[in-house]
Amino acid sequence: MQALRKQDLLLLGLAVVFYAIVQGLLMADIIGPFWELNIVLVGINIILAASLNLINGFTGQFSIGHAGFMAVGAYVGAVMTVKFSLPFIVALAGGAVAAGILGFLIGLPTLRLSGDYLAIATLGLGEIIRITILNIPYVGGASGFMGIPRLADFTWVFFLTIFTLFFIKNLIRSSHGRACISIRENEIAAETMGIDTTRYKVLAFTIGASFAGLAGTLFSHYFYIAHPASFTFMRSFDILTMVVLGGLGSMTGAVTGAVLLTFISAALASYPEWRMVIYSISLIILMLYRPQGLLGDKEISLSIIKRLTGGDSRAEN
Amino acid sequence: MLSIQNIDVYYGAIHALKGISLDVTEGEIVTLIGANGAGKSTTLRTISGLLKPKSGKIVYEGKEIAGLPAQQIVGMGLSQVPEGRRIFANMTVMENLELGAYLRKDKENLAGDLKNVFAKFPRLEERKAQVAGTLSGGEQQMLAMGRALMSRPRLLLLDEPSMGLAPLLVKEIFSIIKEINEGGTTILLVEQNANMALSIADRAYVLETGRVILSGPAKELAASEEVRKAYLGG
Repeated sequence: MQALRKQDLLLLGLAVVFYAIVQGLLMADIIGPFWELNIVLVGINIILAASLNLINGFTGQFSIGHAGFMAVGAYVGAVMTVKFSLPFIVALAGGAVAAGILGFLIGLPTLRLSGDYLAIATLGLGEIIRITILNIPYVGGASGFMGIPRLADFTWVFFLTIFTLFFIKNLIRSSHGRACISIRENEIAAETMGIDTTRYKVLAFTIGASFAGLAGTLFSHYFYIAHPASFTFMRSFDILTMVVLGGLGSMTGAVTGAVLLTFISAALASYPEWRMVIYSISLIILMLYRPQGLLGDKEISLSIIKRLTGGDSRAEN
Repeated sequence: MLSIQNIDVYYGAIHALKGISLDVTEGEIVTLIGANGAGKSTTLRTISGLLKPKSGKIVYEGKEIAGLPAQQIVGMGLSQVPEGRRIFANMTVMENLELGAYLRKDKENLAGDLKNVFAKFPRLEERKAQVAGTLSGGEQQMLAMGRALMSRPRLLLLDEPSMGLAPLLVKEIFSIIKEINEGGTTILLVEQNANMALSIADRAYVLETGRVILSGPAKELAASEEVRKAYLGG
């Protein structure tokens, strides 16, 4: 227990050091606006991937509607800051809570389904959310919600990413997290242990959805705009790819997947038509040679990093 | 302790249990035997809340439990070791046992119970840090039983504990079942291996296509011509 807390503090310390370095480079203009944007995007994607991993990787429920919850957070947050002039932090909480409530309401009926059926239902729900937004003139309809102030910056994104990772990590290590993992491992056995499987599936889904909402609020307040086209099923698929690539059921895997894919697609920014081709090819290769993802369900731990490098590169994970 | 009255269970349109009634008295080992598809496992799953009966009553310690969710039934001290073992394959032996105690409120007694489980299954103690999926079939069965014991059940439902195990291991498992019963846990045992089941049980019910066709003391059934021919190989 003591050792654990010590490790957490060490990780937090490394995160702060990492933050100071990047922030310093940003202020000195060594990192230009293009890469700054991508670093912010990495943070948002980590929140999305880690929260989807809670549902898909740890609880074993195959959801592919994450973009829908992100959209809810993006729009609810924007309405709160633009239409009601509320402080950004209230908008962040509002976006997360709204997405969480929706996740709860949607989770209750759909989580009775499993496997393919759940995937199809969540895919459909993601689209329903997007199309509903498309038809609300109050938030701009098809032309998008414009004029959102840029209230999010690297600092907000960084610390909320760290918060998300610590929150989900601690949840996974708690008895609630153990209950979620046991559902993934064997639902019938979990039930015979006396675990309320429906409750934990809905819990994981709700928490996952609310972090997606948080990411959505950050997203719309960094890019000045919330547009329905940003939240199509391609976005859900992107997030899913990060999780699967990194390894379902691995926290550090989700982070690795998010970092890798965000930078790959940034590097391919000048060849947008090739992006999906390279995505698909890399996924096919991965599924052929390493179907469990880069990290499987293992974690990169401090001790391994220490052994390999002396503890710098992925320390913020 | 447990009394089932006239339950009917359907899988979709298939009528799996057709008015089954049976009783289990405290301290007994009762076994359900019968061929594949007779409804043995279905009966257990209905008792433990994984399936809901369409009609009939299930009374456990004076309370009607038919249709209650599984987690509530486990909380009442009725625990099931599901068929085919169903351990948590990617977790360690220790984590599996800890999950068995998931609903326990008296966490201070867990260490003692763990010791008891390890005393019954010394192999599990040797392998407590090992990932459960790498255990042999017999060890996985032991783990499934140990895990169920961690919930301190008063009534333990065992579904085919001998399935896929070598004869020597089956013997060992059955002697442990007997031991668990002598420790004060009532046992309802579903078995294909009718010989073994009848040798340790007090009473038995013979199921055929969703109905109880025979019942009585295990010794009498083991000696009866009808049962010998149908289930004990002559």
